[in-house]
Amino acid sequence: MTQLPTHTDRKMGLVIDLDTCVGCHACVISCKGWNTENYGAPLSDQNAYGSDPSGTFLNRVHSYEVQPSPCSSQPDPAAQLVHFPKSCLHCEDAPCVTVCPTGASYKRVEDGIVLVNEDHCIGCGLCAWSCPYGARELDQAAGVMKKCTLCVDRIYNENLPEVDRVPSCVRTCPAGARHFGDLGDPDSDVSKLVAERGGMDLMPELGTKPVNKYLPPRPKDQIDDQIDVLAPLLTPVAEEPKGFLGWLDKALDKLPGHSEGGSN
Amino acid sequence: MHPAPSVIIFTTLSGLGFGLLTFLGLGKPAVTGWVAFVFYALAFGFAVGGLLASTFHLGRPERAWRAFTQWKTSWLSREGICAVAALLIMGLFAFGAVFLDTHWWILGWIGAALSLATVFTTSMIYTQLKTIPRWNMPLTPVMFLTFSLTGGALLAGAEALAPWFLAIAGAVQLAYWAKGDQAFAASGTDIGTATGLGDRGSVRAFEPPHTGSNYLLREFVHEVGRKHVMKLRAIAITLGFALPLICLILPVEGFMAKHLLAGLAVLLHIAGVAASRWLFFAQAEHVVGLYYGKR
Ligand code: SF4
Ligand code: SF4
Ligand code: SF4
Repeated sequence: MTQLPTHTDRKMGLVIDLDTCVGCHACVISCKGWNTENYGAPLSDQNAYGSDPSGTFLNRVHSYEVQPSPCSSQPDPAAQLVHFPKSCLHCEDAPCVTVCPTGASYKRVEDGIVLVNEDHCIGCGLCAWSCPYGARELDQAAGVMKKCTLCVDRIYNENLPEVDRVPSCVRTCPAGARHFGDLGDPDSDVSKLVAERGGMDLMPELGTKPVNKYLPPRPKDQIDDQIDVLAPLLTPVAEEPKGFLGWLDKALDKLPGHSEGGSN
Repeated sequence: MHPAPSVIIFTTLSGLGFGLLTFLGLGKPAVTGWVAFVFYALAFGFAVGGLLASTFHLGRPERAWRAFTQWKTSWLSREGICAVAALLIMGLFAFGAVFLDTHWWILGWIGAALSLATVFTTSMIYTQLKTIPRWNMPLTPVMFLTFSLTGGALLAGAEALAPWFLAIAGAVQLAYWAKGDQAFAASGTDIGTATGLGDRGSVRAFEPPHTGSNYLLREFVHEVGRKHVMKLRAIAITLGFALPLICLILPVEGFMAKHLLAGLAVLLHIAGVAASRWLFFAQAEHVVGLYYGKR
């Protein structure tokens, strides 16, 4: 079972747009909601309302700051904040599958989804050790390994309306930052998106060949002195108050108790 | 990596136990009767005790038997099979030696080979992990094997061999640390490749995905202070190799004194190897820490 298939019919996966993601964590919550009630053991929490809460999640959103180095065209470049959702990348050469001693971890031939058979898992944790991306978490209550299933119980589920037959995170994302499809088919929408936007692999040097791709953020807009085309129309009409307002201004200035610098 | 007591005890004790079984299988010493009983009890005690300790870190230990099924790809599975085979074959060999005063040498040799194979497969569980550059080096199996043979030589009372093994294992230990300290940087993985954003500028973890801790941080992100590391390394090398070597080469007279010193050498060595194993785990940096800005 833990031998990887030499070929999968399809390569279902996610394309995550780092340009569009706003870091709202809605995908995290909808993932937890769907997956705690469906495939396999629930995603437990420990000490959820206590001082040191923790729990099992299959999708987590990091945020990074990228500081470009100064160059001649941009001597003082602004840092960019990038929100970074991360879940199982359903790697083609998945180390988590081959290290598993029980055959509980496997990669499906029909769609390339990497799954855990929770009835066979002994909770040794070795697959999580072998995953570079932190995509596997050992559930503390069930003692078995949990990971993203690509919502295998949604995407083929004929009891759901067709629009819902995508992973829960994709269905939920309010920013349209998550796309689902067959990355093995060069003509699929997701493959075209990856080609167009220069989709990338995470840690390609480790040879895991992730199926999921990340679309890099677009370069940040230049912030010129003039921040808005409407700015000229918003300049104050009179710099110094004149007439009645000018008199009032001066009169108020003369009142006792007027504080320079306005501390209160 | 989190230095879990169960894996430290397991690798230390089972290394010693299988090391001793290797020597016994090769007939060094070729003991029989009661003396053999004591030797084999010690060897099986360490080997089996270590294996049992290793099941403590399983989430579902009651299904552990399934771990024997995936030997085609999994080093953990191969280790389980080698360990059980070594224990069975050496059990038969021991039965002959203890109760029948005979040595079935074929079994002994096979058992010795399987014992070494067990130690090798254990080391490969760690060595195979590209996610932990400090383990992903050829020196890792070399270290496990030399440590196991050194412990075996000490326990077997192989007076002529033990000092040599101690010296070699000590040198391997120093080389492992020297090379290991460079491994993460040499792997080429950093927060830039982890996020794919490295060619756009310097990347800094700005906000973690969760305010509390989680399985990943508890299991994979363990930071040991540099001062602490140097102290523990000194302790490991002194207790594990230097002092036992002195115990063995001290020119003492008398059966009793020699045996006491040899016993002391074994105890010091075990303490040193345990310290080295603690460092082996605690210092091992997993690349997932990069996502949390922890490396
Ligand atoms: S991301 Fe991790 S868990 Fe998912 S297939 Fe790749 S190695 Fe396995
Ligand atoms: S934790 Fe479960 S799925 Fe992971 S390697 Fe161990 S047995 Fe396999
Ligand atoms: S739901 Fe969409 S926008 Fe929100 S964090 Fe997830 S991927 Fe980003």
